[in-house]
Amino acid sequence: MQRNWKSDWIMYSPIILIEAMINGLLTGSIYALIALGLTLVYGVLHIINFAHGATLAVAMFAVWGLNIAAGIDPYLSILLLAPVFFALGYGVQRFIIGPAAGGDDGNILLITLGLSIFIENALLASFGSDTRAITSDLSFSVVELGPFLISTPRLIGFAGSLIVTVILWFVMTRTDAGKAIRAVAKEKLGASLMGINVAHVYALTFGIGCAALAVAAGLLMPSFYVNPRVGGAFVNIAFTIVVLGGMGSIPGAMIGGLLIGIVESLSGLLLGESLGQIGIFIIFILVLLLKPTGLFGAKA
Amino acid sequence: MKLVETHPNRRTILKTGAAVLGVLSAPSVLRAQAPASIKIGILQPVTGALAQDGEYGRLGAELALEDINKAGGIKSLGGAKLEMVFGDARSNPEAGTQEVERMQEAGVAAIVGGFASPICLASSQAASRYDLPYLVDVGVSDQIVSRGLKNTFRFAPGFSLCTAAAIQNLVRINEEAGKPAKTVVLVHEDGLFGSGLAKLMATELPKYGFEILEQIAVPTPSRDLSNVVLRLRSLNPDLIIPSTYYGETVLLARTMQQQRVRPKAVYAVLNGAASNRRFVAEFPEAAEGVMDCNHWYDPRNEKSKNVQARVEALGKPYNYNIPLNYSSVALLADAIERAASADRGKIIEALGTSSFKGHLMPYGETKFVNGQNTGAAPVSTQVQKGAIKVVFPQDFADAKPVFPANG
Amino acid sequence: MKLQGYLPILVVTALLAVVPFLSNSNTLYNFMVTSLIIALAAQGWNILGGVAGQTSFGHALFFGVGCYTAAMLQFHFGINAWLAFLMALAAGAGAGFIVGFLSFRAGLRGSYFALITLAFAELMRILANASEWTGGAAGLLLKLDPGFANMQFASRASFMWLALAFVFVGLLISRAIAGSRFGAHLVAVRENEDAARALGVDVLTVKLKAISLSGAMTAAAGVLYVQNFLYIDANIGFGAWISIEALLAPLVGGRGLVLGPLIGTFTLHGLGELTKTFAGRVPGIDLMVFAVVLICVVAFASDGMLGLLRRFAPRLAKRIAL
Repeated sequence: MQRNWKSDWIMYSPIILIEAMINGLLTGSIYALIALGLTLVYGVLHIINFAHGATLAVAMFAVWGLNIAAGIDPYLSILLLAPVFFALGYGVQRFIIGPAAGGDDGNILLITLGLSIFIENALLASFGSDTRAITSDLSFSVVELGPFLISTPRLIGFAGSLIVTVILWFVMTRTDAGKAIRAVAKEKLGASLMGINVAHVYALTFGIGCAALAVAAGLLMPSFYVNPRVGGAFVNIAFTIVVLGGMGSIPGAMIGGLLIGIVESLSGLLLGESLGQIGIFIIFILVLLLKPTGLFGAKA
Repeated sequence: MKLVETHPNRRTILKTGAAVLGVLSAPSVLRAQAPASIKIGILQPVTGALAQDGEYGRLGAELALEDINKAGGIKSLGGAKLEMVFGDARSNPEAGTQEVERMQEAGVAAIVGGFASPICLASSQAASRYDLPYLVDVGVSDQIVSRGLKNTFRFAPGFSLCTAAAIQNLVRINEEAGKPAKTVVLVHEDGLFGSGLAKLMATELPKYGFEILEQIAVPTPSRDLSNVVLRLRSLNPDLIIPSTYYGETVLLARTMQQQRVRPKAVYAVLNGAASNRRFVAEFPEAAEGVMDCNHWYDPRNEKSKNVQARVEALGKPYNYNIPLNYSSVALLADAIERAASADRGKIIEALGTSSFKGHLMPYGETKFVNGQNTGAAPVSTQVQKGAIKVVFPQDFADAKPVFPANG
Repeated sequence: MKLQGYLPILVVTALLAVVPFLSNSNTLYNFMVTSLIIALAAQGWNILGGVAGQTSFGHALFFGVGCYTAAMLQFHFGINAWLAFLMALAAGAGAGFIVGFLSFRAGLRGSYFALITLAFAELMRILANASEWTGGAAGLLLKLDPGFANMQFASRASFMWLALAFVFVGLLISRAIAGSRFGAHLVAVRENEDAARALGVDVLTVKLKAISLSGAMTAAAGVLYVQNFLYIDANIGFGAWISIEALLAPLVGGRGLVLGPLIGTFTLHGLGELTKTFAGRVPGIDLMVFAVVLICVVAFASDGMLGLLRRFAPRLAKRIAL
C-alpha cells in the first residue's frame, strides 16, 4: 500500500489524536490486566507461561456461557469466576505443571505449551470454532465527554483493571501470603529454608494469575468476542508489556500496559492497524536491547 | 460386495439355479446390482483459524452426496454410489496438500473444496501431479485458475468477477437512487483475500466517479477497531466497503454503532459476516441495512429451499458455504454421470464441457473457460428487518435495495 | 572412537533412505518430506538452543529468511534454484549474525533472549505481509517446473532423498561440532557463561558463530519448504508454527544431542499421525490426545527420547556414543 505518511499526520485533528489516546489508554488497561498474571508468574517461577492465552479463552467462554445459560451479567460473573479460576490455576500448577516439570525450566515451557494446545482444542471440540459474543445493555452505550464519545464498557474495564492492580499490589506488599511470594521470588532456596512451602507459593502465584484472567475476561466480553483461538490475539502484546514494565513488576505491568495501549492506538492510527503492530514490536526490541530490566524491573 | 453366504441345501440350490439362469440371460442386471462406489475427496479446514467455514462446507458436501445417493447414484455407472473421503486441511496449505496425497492413495476420482485461497492454490497443484480433478468451492484468488492447471475448476466467481459485479451492482444501485454516494473508504483484512480485493476496488471504483478517501488494512485477529472507527468518523465517507473476516466485521459494526458512525451505506464485498446469519441474529441493530456482494444461493430455487430447511432443522445457519459446496458436488456428479466413467481424464473432460444447471446458485448455465465458471456471479444482499435479502440483480432478487440505508 | 561417533548417523540415514523401496505410498513420502524439513530446522535450533543453551522462540525468522530469499531470487530475478539456495544460506547466517550481534552484545540471556527472537520473527512477519516485494499477503507462487536444475523433482522419492541428504549434512556438521574445540566452548557457555569467560573463552564470538550456523541451517530448511510446496506467504515463513516445531523436536528428542532433533521430529509427527487416526469426526480431539502425550513425555522422559534410551539401555547408549 503506497501511502503518504506526511499527509496523514496533518490530516488528523488534535481531537482525534486525543480520542485515539484515550482509546489506547482504556484498551491498554485490559492488556495490563492480562499481562499482570504473566508477569507475576514470571517474577516468581521464572517461566514464560505459554498457556496464558488459552486460559484467557477459557475464562471468556465461561463468562459467555454463564451469560447464555443463566443470564448472568458479565461483570457479575467476575465475582463467581475469579475464585473458581484461582482454584483452577492453583490446582493446575500444584498437580500438573509442578510435578510434571520436575523443576526444569525447559520442561515447564513444554508443559505450558502442551497445556495450551490441549485447552485450545478442548474448546474447539466442545464449542466448535464459531465466534461468539454477548450483548449487554451497556454494550453500545457511551459516555459523552465534550467532543469525545467514550465507550462505557471500556471505561468500566479501565476502572476494574485499576482496582485489581491496586488490590494485587496491596496483597503482595501487605499480606503474609504476598510476603511469602516475594521471598520465593527473590531467593527460592532461602525461602524454603525459612520454612516457606515453595510448591504452595508457586501454585498460589499461578492461581492469582488465573484469577486476574477471569477478571479480564469479564471486563472484555461486553465489547469483545470469543472463539477458541482468541487468546493468541492478546499473548504477544502481553509479553511486550511484561518486558516493558519489567519482568515480575506489578506497577510495571500496569504502566507498561497503558503505554503500549497508547502506542498501539497511535501507530495504528498513523500507520494503519495492520502495519501499526510494528510499533509494538519495535518498542519490544528496543527495550530488550537498551534496558532489558524494563521500566520497573529488578536487575536481571 | 459379497453376497450372503449360506450352506446350500436343496431348496436354495434350486433357487440358485434359477437365479443363475436369470443372470446368464441378463448379465447387465447383475452389474447394476453391485456397482463399485466412487470415492470423492472432500477437503475442508475443520480445525484452526478457518474451522467455522470448513464445517459449513463439509455439511454442504455431505448433504449433496446424500441426495445424489438417495436419487440412485450415478446412473450411467449402474447406480454407483458416491462415497466421501474427508480430509481436514487444518487451515494451512501443507495440511491441504498432505490430505490430497492421502486422498490420492485412497483412490478418489476427484476432490472438491479447499475454502481458503492459499489452501486451494497448494492443494490443486498437488492434485495436478496426478491429473486428479480439483473443484474449488470458494477460494477467490484469480491465481487459482490462471496458472493453467488442467485439473482445476472453480464453480464460484473469483476476485475479478466478484469485484466487477460488486462495482456494477453498486453503480446501478447508486444511480437508481439518484447518486447519493460519492466518497468511499475501504476497510480490508491484510491477508490475501482482503488486500487483493482492496487493490482491485481502488483501481476500479474511481473509473465510475467514486472517490477513494482511504484504504485501511486491519489484521486478523484484531483486538480493537476503535481507531479505524475514529478515522471513519473524521473522513465521514458516504460509503464504507469492508472486506474482513467474521470477528473483525462484528467488532467494526459494533464499534461503529457505539461511536454513532452512520454512513449512507455499508456496502461489503465478500465479507465474512455481512452475509452470515449468525451475525444478523446476534447483532440485529448493527447489521441492519448492511449490504454485501457475496456468494449467495438463489432464494427462489426450490431445491435450495429444501436444503435450507434441512440445514436449519440441524440448528445450523444456511450460510453460503453450504449451497456452494452442495452445488460443486452436484456439478461433479453430473460430470461423472456424463463421462460414464470414474476415469480422471474423462471427468476433467466432462467438467470442461459442463453446462450444468441443477445447482442452488443464482448462476444460470455453467460454462468453464480456462477452469473458471464464467456463468458465475455474486449477488448483492442486504440485511432488511433482520433477514438477509437478495436485492440485486433483479432476476434473483427477493427485495428492493434500501439505499441510502441511513436516511 | 572418533569415527564410531558417525556410525549412528550413517545407520539412521541409511534406514531412512531405504523407505522409498519399502513402500511407494505418497502419503508416506509426504510425511517423510515434511518431517525431514522440520528436522533440519530443528537441527539448526539445536546448535544454538541445545548445544549452546541459548533458547530461541523465534527460529521462524531464519526459516522465513531462507524461504523468502530462495523464492524472491527465483521469482524476481530468475536466478537458478541452487544458486538461490546458497544465497539463502548466506542470508540465514547473516540474519543470525545480526540478531546475535544486537542481542548478545546487549547481554541478553535466557527468557530475554528467547523473547527478542520472537519479536524479530513477528516483525519480519508483519513486514513480509505488507511489502509488495514479498508478494504481500498473496505470497509468492513459484512455477512448477520439475528438473534437477530447478531443485524440483517429479518423483516424490527424489525430493525425499534430497531432504534426507540435507539432514545428513546437518547431522555431520552437528557431529563434527560435538567433537570439536568449538563444541566444547559452546557447552562451556551453556553450563556457565561467566566461568567460560574466566577460562579465556571468547563468549561473544562463540555465540555469534553458533547463531550464524544455526540460522543458515534453519534457512536451508526454509529453502526445502519452498522447493517442495512452491508457495510461501508470511504466516508460513515467519509464523509461530515453525518456531514451535523447531524448539519442540530437540526438547522431545534430546536437547543438545546430535540425533535429538531428528528423533524428536519423528516422535512428534508419528504421534500426530497416530492420534489423527482415532480422532473421528470431532475436530480438535486428535490434538488434545497429542498434547496429553506431550505432557506425559515431558513428565516421564524429561531428557527426551534419547535420555530414555540412556536410562533403560545404558550400554547401547554408550555404544552409539551418545
